[in-house]
Amino acid sequence: MERGNRDYALWSIGIVLVLIFALVPVLWLISVSLKPPEAVTDGRFIPSEFSLDNYKSLFEGGIDDSPFIKPLINSIGIALITTVIAITLAAFTAYAIARLEFPGKRLILAGALAIAMFPPISTVGPLFDMWRALGLYDTWLGLIIPYLTFSLPLAIYVLVAFFREIPWELEQAAQVDGATPFQAFTKVIVPLAAPGVFTAAILVFIFAWNDFLFAISLTSSDASRTVPAALAFFTGESSFTQPTGSIAAAAVVVTVPIIVFVLFFQRRIVAGLTSGAVKG
Amino acid sequence: MSARTRSERKLAWMLCAPAVIAMLAVTAYPIVYAVALSVQQVDLRFPEEGGFVGLDNYTAVLGSQLWWTDFFNTVFIMVTTVAIELVLGMAIALVMHRAIFGRGVVRTAVLIPYGIITVVAAFAWQFAFSPDSGFVNNLPLISDEMDWFGGRFSSFAVIIMAEVWKTTPFMALLLLAGLVTIDNQLYEAAKVDGASAWQRFTRITLPLMKPAILVALLFRSLDAFRVFDTIFIMTRGAQDTESVSILGFNQLISRLNLGLGSAVSVLIFICVFAIAFLFVKGFGTKLEEGRPGA
Amino acid sequence: MAEIVLDGITKVFPDGYEAVKDMNLDIADGEFMILVGPSGCGKSTALRMIAGLEDISEGELKIGDRVVNDLAPKDRDIAMVFQNYALYPHMTVRENMGFALKLAGVDKGEINSKVEEAARTLDLEQHLDRRPANLSGGQRQRVAMGRAIVRDPRAFLMDEPLSNLDAKLRVQMRTEVARLQTKLETTTVYVTHDQTEAMTLGDRVAVMRAGVLQQVATPAELYDNPKNLFVAGFIGSPAMNFMPGEVSGGKVKLPIGEADLSEEIGRGHDGQVVAGLRPESFEDAELIGDLANERGIVFEAEIDLVESLGSDLFAYFHVESEGVQSDQLADVIADRLEETGVPEQREGQEQLVARLEPTSKVKRRDTAKLWADTAKLHLFDPESGENLTGSGRGDQS
Repeated sequence: MERGNRDYALWSIGIVLVLIFALVPVLWLISVSLKPPEAVTDGRFIPSEFSLDNYKSLFEGGIDDSPFIKPLINSIGIALITTVIAITLAAFTAYAIARLEFPGKRLILAGALAIAMFPPISTVGPLFDMWRALGLYDTWLGLIIPYLTFSLPLAIYVLVAFFREIPWELEQAAQVDGATPFQAFTKVIVPLAAPGVFTAAILVFIFAWNDFLFAISLTSSDASRTVPAALAFFTGESSFTQPTGSIAAAAVVVTVPIIVFVLFFQRRIVAGLTSGAVKG
Repeated sequence: MSARTRSERKLAWMLCAPAVIAMLAVTAYPIVYAVALSVQQVDLRFPEEGGFVGLDNYTAVLGSQLWWTDFFNTVFIMVTTVAIELVLGMAIALVMHRAIFGRGVVRTAVLIPYGIITVVAAFAWQFAFSPDSGFVNNLPLISDEMDWFGGRFSSFAVIIMAEVWKTTPFMALLLLAGLVTIDNQLYEAAKVDGASAWQRFTRITLPLMKPAILVALLFRSLDAFRVFDTIFIMTRGAQDTESVSILGFNQLISRLNLGLGSAVSVLIFICVFAIAFLFVKGFGTKLEEGRPGA
Repeated sequence: MAEIVLDGITKVFPDGYEAVKDMNLDIADGEFMILVGPSGCGKSTALRMIAGLEDISEGELKIGDRVVNDLAPKDRDIAMVFQNYALYPHMTVRENMGFALKLAGVDKGEINSKVEEAARTLDLEQHLDRRPANLSGGQRQRVAMGRAIVRDPRAFLMDEPLSNLDAKLRVQMRTEVARLQTKLETTTVYVTHDQTEAMTLGDRVAVMRAGVLQQVATPAELYDNPKNLFVAGFIGSPAMNFMPGEVSGGKVKLPIGEADLSEEIGRGHDGQVVAGLRPESFEDAELIGDLANERGIVFEAEIDLVESLGSDLFAYFHVESEGVQSDQLADVIADRLEETGVPEQREGQEQLVARLEPTSKVKRRDTAKLWADTAKLHLFDPESGENLTGSGRGDQS
């Protein structure tokens, strides 16, 4: 039912509005980050002059002293490790749920759902205490474990939805065609599962990258403090000035890659997020 | 039970075990532990004191004005953000569904708030509304002197705007998933039957989307109740904008009063559970079609 | 009740694709008009334009005496039955059927009585309070029809309403639809790709191909006097046999033999032609007795395959032939290949089908003596596909 031009015009407006909605805060951050430190308080949306000072200050002092490099490394490392482990565990579980018959299937799915609804704050106290006792406080592992817990439900749901779509008979067909079980699995099943796994990995990574509560509760120093937590404790040029410029610069550094990432994988991400609801 | 079934089950349990353990380790055990802590007096600043105090922590919390203020704040933010997100999210979902072109662009735009770190977004909004460095005050119609973070409800306004910005896209995606299940021919049949666009929306789209809407509301409400990052960054809870999660955090981590903090944590847990219960039993939300949120 | 007039109707999609080209069709008040053709021929698009679900690029559409090009579907007073029924899943049968009336603000009591009446006609009374998900395919189809009937519209538009039913149910529902239309006397435009449905249901049938109307006529006319190669090959099952022919001096030379041409056929059409002969025009030479001497060709052919249906016998055979240079024919063959996946031709041979009396004794691999009734021969121009026999009586648009 196309009405031609009128429809095009309306939808174009709609799309532009959505774009503005999504991008204004990002553009604003970029703008602030490019302002020279003195001009940070001028209140203009577009900087009157551009400077990279804020970015430079982020990396000043090298790995040990810069306020940003260590946290960045922590973020990347912790998120990556969490993703790898979470995907592996979730893949096993999802394979079992999608493919095998066993009692407790629904219980696991229900349990995963329950955990997704769980308030993390309720675990912060005990974890704080436990980690201090176990020496996990302020370590990478200390963050990876809770991240695993809270990202597994998401990963499991997405993977189960994708795995359910795989025609498993292909594995047998391959074997009839002469492949060993291992070959059948790697040459037929793995390529079919790869997109789903990739999507789940993206979602887990974004989750781990994003966390703030655990990061500020379970860390106390650069040893394991991630970027979101570090941002909250940035200091400015002196104890009287707001570190607005450096925060903006740091924010841009961690955001632009995500935007590029999202741009490339938007189809997958949307598929992953909507798959469960449609297929249940 | 045949040997094959038995071995299949065994394999299945073995495959699921690691994930299940990982999930339970950080939830089942700690919540039990939290309950245990909550009925003791545990203040890490005064490690010598301690011991079982029964429900004293709970009475202290439930009797304090601060708890109830924070509770009100949290519920207020939850209801407002979810309501706005529902309307905006539905609009965006409709745009995404019927986009004639530029689908990729819209999807990317919609996922940017999703991918951005909440803390980063909070900073962006805070800077924008800050009286000195922000640009909002320089916009027409807004007073140059407006001190957004100086007042309670103006602070709420910014917090709510930031939250809505961050999570509307996710709401839109959840709703979109429901939208795509509606057969297009139903709309055509309705057109032939004489329904206007608004009537098609209210009599076809909305009723058929009810399951998806309920699921979206459930997950978003739970998320909203747990609001923490945005408030922490913007006001740290000042101007009476503190949420219950921040209260918990303050008690636990800042004040190291694990007893009181745990009591708050357990109360939060109960609230979240109550909300979920209300949705599932009260409104009949069907969780098999649901998705755990980000 | 109204007549529908399509005057030069054309549909061009935004990407430039021309789905319907300059279609002219007059549908009389109360007539049952069928639009038939292969997939992609534009019949559904034409129907949707009548309904108002597609914009008309060019031309005028009149319902009753009004030009309705710019009217929304709801203002055209037409009802539509969709291929997938498009029943509202969240409403009961009663609510489904009453939806349009409710939107129109009709009073509740009247809605109820109309719905009940339609339900009675369609034998749906015990299902009124059930949901579509709990109904069988046939029941859903009747609800879709009920939804249309209840509105007492000026015309029914049906888009392949039976194609989702299994074969047996389809045959049953076909007669139901015919009976209903006769009783209600509402103008009906019915789209299908099944030529059997077209032949059995319609007062008149409009054959379409690639957006162009080929011929509009009664089923009998289409069968006896197809206007061109495409219509000849489309109507009739099994399809008409085509073979190359050479006409000279009042005779036609075919791969199966030579025959005299009657006065009407072949006058002044010397040269290469495509000859068409329906399977029904063949017979086992043993069974026709003296007829062989009066007319027709008796020839020998090797039988490839025999299908015995009890009431008929279909014998598939081949004859030596050099084929015929004809783009039109090649198109028709290609269409068939696409629809069925069964290749019809091999080098140097013509594959043909004959329908024989069930008492025939031909068997596979026999070299049988068959008779072809050349009085029923159709000759087609190889380039244009036009039927050279008959005299243009076949088109009644």
